[in-house]
Amino acid sequence: MTDHGYAKSPSHPYPGKLIIVEGIDGSGKSTQLLLLHKWLESKGHKVFFTEWNSSDLVKDTTKRGKKTKSLTPTTFSLLHATDFASRLYHHILPPLKAGMLVLADRYMYTAFSRDVVRGVSRDWVRKLYAFAIKPDMAFYYKIPIETAISRLLRGTRGQFKYYEAGMDMNLSPDVTESFRMFQSQILAEYDKIVDEFGLLTMDATQDIEAQQEHMRALVEDALRGYKPRRGTYGRRTLFWRRFDIPKSE
Amino acid sequence: MGDARYFGDGLTYLNPSDLKGKLIAIEGTDGVGRSTHLEMLQEWLEVQGYGVITTGWTRSNLMSKTIEAAKAGNILDHWSLSLLYATDFADRLEHQIIPALRSGFVVLADRYIYTAFARDFVRSGDRKWIRDVFGFALIPDLVCYLRIDVETLALRVIETTGMNYWESGMDLRLGDDLYDSFKKYQSLMIKEFDKMAEEFHFNVVDARKSPEEIQEELRGHILPVLQNSKRTADLEPVGVQREP
Repeated sequence: MTDHGYAKSPSHPYPGKLIIVEGIDGSGKSTQLLLLHKWLESKGHKVFFTEWNSSDLVKDTTKRGKKTKSLTPTTFSLLHATDFASRLYHHILPPLKAGMLVLADRYMYTAFSRDVVRGVSRDWVRKLYAFAIKPDMAFYYKIPIETAISRLLRGTRGQFKYYEAGMDMNLSPDVTESFRMFQSQILAEYDKIVDEFGLLTMDATQDIEAQQEHMRALVEDALRGYKPRRGTYGRRTLFWRRFDIPKSE
Repeated sequence: MGDARYFGDGLTYLNPSDLKGKLIAIEGTDGVGRSTHLEMLQEWLEVQGYGVITTGWTRSNLMSKTIEAAKAGNILDHWSLSLLYATDFADRLEHQIIPALRSGFVVLADRYIYTAFARDFVRSGDRKWIRDVFGFALIPDLVCYLRIDVETLALRVIETTGMNYWESGMDLRLGDDLYDSFKKYQSLMIKEFDKMAEEFHFNVVDARKSPEEIQEELRGHILPVLQNSKRTADLEPVGVQREP
């Protein structure tokens, strides 16, 4: 792997802190981030939360591409990068500049693992995200594939998402088998990414409480010296929502 | 394009070596007359018996509506804007351009990656990222650049379609009104196109000449590219039957 520099680049210059979680579906990363969110707010921090693939722009386009079965590995990857760029600019940078804590459910490492398994070049996708800023903390929730599958099957969701199972890649007509094959390859990519970008590996097979205790200890340590900024004492309003792209369709 | 190559990190799942057609890009700033000349070129080539398809910037099935929506909402960051163009281009490349080249068509591209390079550079001041993003693009067999000076361009655009928000680069806040902004923005674009003309060896055509003269020059550049492929075909041994 060539060294692109930016991945190991120094931290961003903003007063806020960016904490992200990564991991496959069923790893429990979203639960952990939610619990961290509650804890940080209870300690009086101003916290902003953002997640992968959340803009209407990409949702609508992905839907269109899915309908016509026309998405390719490259357009799939570019669409998610577009969404990420827009989210970084509108949702992540403003609160960081304002000195807030930003929690992100998935970050560019999701693209580095998933898009590469879908078939784009490892080097290219890293260059694509060269504009991203380095998170202050990046957690990777590592889980064996079988544990993730059994969690998803007996969980509240009860089924796999079409793209998360890689159903569009025709690996297997059986959705569970397709998920197993696709996500196993993603786990292998994550293992490389952990070393390359220095993600903190968390044991996602532990009890929820034990994992959360560990996460809180690490975050508390990292936030030593961080000075929370306080704007209002009332309910927080998301002023940057105003800049969202209006739907014209 | 027997020896087709990618501009940078290419499509790992798609080998471009079997592309028989020719990819010809017409570049130039807004309002310089590209589409008029493309229509005339298509007509001329089809009369000679060449199969021709044209492909236009932001015209992909996947992205044209998305880009319109994004532009209507005035996207603020150059990354998203450039990535939207890149997605549109990738969709057309994989679903339109490459299949046509594989079948031996002449592909006439109304704008190519260099438009994206110029637009991103005047907004970011950085050339590297945008060129990395478009690494998956095919290098065209020929790039013709319709070059014009900003004074003539401003008059021509006012006389015809009028100036619009994006063609004036209003997102950059370069001038107080549409006219000032248009001139400043297009000057920057022309300057960057001129730089790329040297770097990537564009065939520069003076767009201030009459349409007839411009068309004549364009044909003069295109003809040798097409004849090259014919000549290669003629060199194949004639009358030799290959056993399957």
